[in-house]
Amino acid sequence: MPCQDPQVRSANFEEVALGYSEEQAVKEAARCIQCKKPRCREGCPVEVLIPDFIKAVAERDFAGAAVKLKEKNALPAICGRVCPQESQCEQKCILGVKSEPVAIGRLERFVADWEMAQGADAPEAAPANGEKVAVIGAGPAGLTCAAELAKLGYAVTVFEALHTAGGVLMYGIPEFRLPKAIVDKEIANLRRLGVDLQFNAVIGRSVTVEELMNERGYAAVFLGTGAGLPNFMGIPGENLCGVFSANEFLTRTNLMKGFRFPEYGTPVKLGRKVAVLGAGNVAMDAARTAVRLGAEEVTIVYRRSDQEMPARAEEIEHAREEGVQFKLLTNPVEIIGDENGWVKAMKCLRYELGEPDASGRRKPVAIPGSEFIMDMDTVIVAIGTGPNPLATQSTEGLELNRRGNIVADEEGRTSIAGVFAGGDIVTGAATVILAMGAGKKAARAIDAYITAKSAEAAN
Amino acid sequence: MYPIVRKEILSASVKLFDLKAPLVAAKAKAGQFFILRADEKGERIPLTIADFDREQGTITAIFQEIGAGTRLLGQLEVGDAVLDVVGPLGVPSEIERFDGPVVVVGGGVGIAPIYPIARALKEAGNRVISIIGARNRELLFWEDKMAAVSDALIVCTDDGSYGRKGFVTDALKEFYEANGDLQRVWAIGPMPMMRAIANTTRPMGVHTIVSMNPLMMDGTGMCGACRVLVGGETKFACVDGPEFDGHLVDFDLALKRLAIYRDEEKRALAALEHHHEGGRCGCH
Repeated sequence: MPCQDPQVRSANFEEVALGYSEEQAVKEAARCIQCKKPRCREGCPVEVLIPDFIKAVAERDFAGAAVKLKEKNALPAICGRVCPQESQCEQKCILGVKSEPVAIGRLERFVADWEMAQGADAPEAAPANGEKVAVIGAGPAGLTCAAELAKLGYAVTVFEALHTAGGVLMYGIPEFRLPKAIVDKEIANLRRLGVDLQFNAVIGRSVTVEELMNERGYAAVFLGTGAGLPNFMGIPGENLCGVFSANEFLTRTNLMKGFRFPEYGTPVKLGRKVAVLGAGNVAMDAARTAVRLGAEEVTIVYRRSDQEMPARAEEIEHAREEGVQFKLLTNPVEIIGDENGWVKAMKCLRYELGEPDASGRRKPVAIPGSEFIMDMDTVIVAIGTGPNPLATQSTEGLELNRRGNIVADEEGRTSIAGVFAGGDIVTGAATVILAMGAGKKAARAIDAYITAKSAEAAN
Repeated sequence: MYPIVRKEILSASVKLFDLKAPLVAAKAKAGQFFILRADEKGERIPLTIADFDREQGTITAIFQEIGAGTRLLGQLEVGDAVLDVVGPLGVPSEIERFDGPVVVVGGGVGIAPIYPIARALKEAGNRVISIIGARNRELLFWEDKMAAVSDALIVCTDDGSYGRKGFVTDALKEFYEANGDLQRVWAIGPMPMMRAIANTTRPMGVHTIVSMNPLMMDGTGMCGACRVLVGGETKFACVDGPEFDGHLVDFDLALKRLAIYRDEEKRALAALEHHHEGGRCGCH
């Protein structure tokens, strides 16, 4: 896929990948051999009708492709950009055995963008059924759940703690990977479905789940509050000035537009030498953002090898092209500050890989005596996030696991009747598409629950 | 939008707004805070809830114009509205009935958030001693409101322009020496003041609660900007606080962290002033 030149793009926030032209898309779609038993669909958490939409693209029926695509996926322009296709649909593609798999993600993006450019029709919704459902959190899980329920005729209210919808799509994933205008358009679609979005509403503080169900007449509640509590390393010096969580750094930049300070009121601060701890997508986003904000040297510090880095291959490649350095098999043990409380260096240990651990990955083992000092003035911690406690702690009777995640079954049912949950708040930090899949399954389960309850009441 | 229904100018740099925010007003408790954003380009400003009226659906915010954000906020008038108000946030103060006197200390704009705590303590049947202080008379406010919820009120100014001359710590020490037997101290004000109060009560062995006001953005635990070292443990002021045991807070670190964006704040203020002087800043 055509991309902005690394030299140019590392100084701007414009989208990196430029997308297929019509000719490129048709040519790529023609490679699909239309398997009778499409394995690609098994790899997709929301079961997109992959061969069908690709067939339509190959036939130049882009509108038809969009219809097929949106039958299963409410947010295709987003998924086409941020899904880890290489470990999902494309990994299963039969063509991938001998050569390159079909570029399903890029085709998805092409179709979604094509449709947006035409001015998409409003999705159709069933007539109102008179039932109200509350969705907590306007991230990928909540938005998907809301869309599905609205299509079924429910009156859906989404309660969001921030001042805008999108969750991690807005505050986390940078503009250069997912333009915010695209998220805004998807949210506009949701509004056209009749979904009511309430911002500045913190469930657990401004209103509780119990109140929604007992006092405000919501027949069911979906909790999609995400993994909104950053993890830190627990090492000395991690509260020094110049140590940021990736969430803080990315939120300042993306949501609050810190890169346009002082025109926008929220500053973002960065030194010359930046270390990003972790090697997931969030770490790549933080590192690439730091490059764009003008840091001279940006280094990913990760305790395993390049084989284990959890980020999408494309993001790692883009980061390397933009000059991000990788210090692998390395882990910090202490962050060292100067006399003013600012970061000046990081004490690290070198690691080697031992036997596979519970996750199936080879366990990193510290090499004794390998201590060394890395000079730096900014540290961004991107080692994952835990469940946000506000909604869960304020909901009595909600079963949590020892990590604080909500215990829910495959369909999103929790320990409380009528309360459903999905996405990172259940699974721990994962991907946009998995959260969407969970939101979708929960919507079906909510529909089944309310339908059964009304039938019971009628008898 | 959240309309400003009342504005009061408490001093040249301290302003009061009553904001229509029924969701927040319905749930607000002493010790909690909220976050507002004046407009699309504004930062998210955390402010402690100074008062609330559940029937009117309003909350009271008192703020000092320090940076560009609060300066712009202070220019809003009744009839204007702020774009976002979210809350109540943070853990409410633990109000209980104590066997002896409790002291609340409010310094500068800290008088505002200490007021609902004093009132709640009074309503819970406590003997409430209030100490309020400011640099000078001009910066003092709410003496009458504080007096109404206190069994005794001590007013201090650093320069002696009103009340007794001296710091709130001196007044506290004096009260302790005269009366002994203090059950609790609540202190809210600038961080150096809270640190001074904590240092004063440490040798007395009186449990002292401070309300931390670190840098903060979302206020729901998401960004981790507001972390405070308490007893060697990292805490998030927004979800674990804002109140902490003053004897366990690492104030030195907290003060350094508060200054992280000092240069940027100066830049923003300079840009704002330049703009207001009609300079050619090119931002329009």
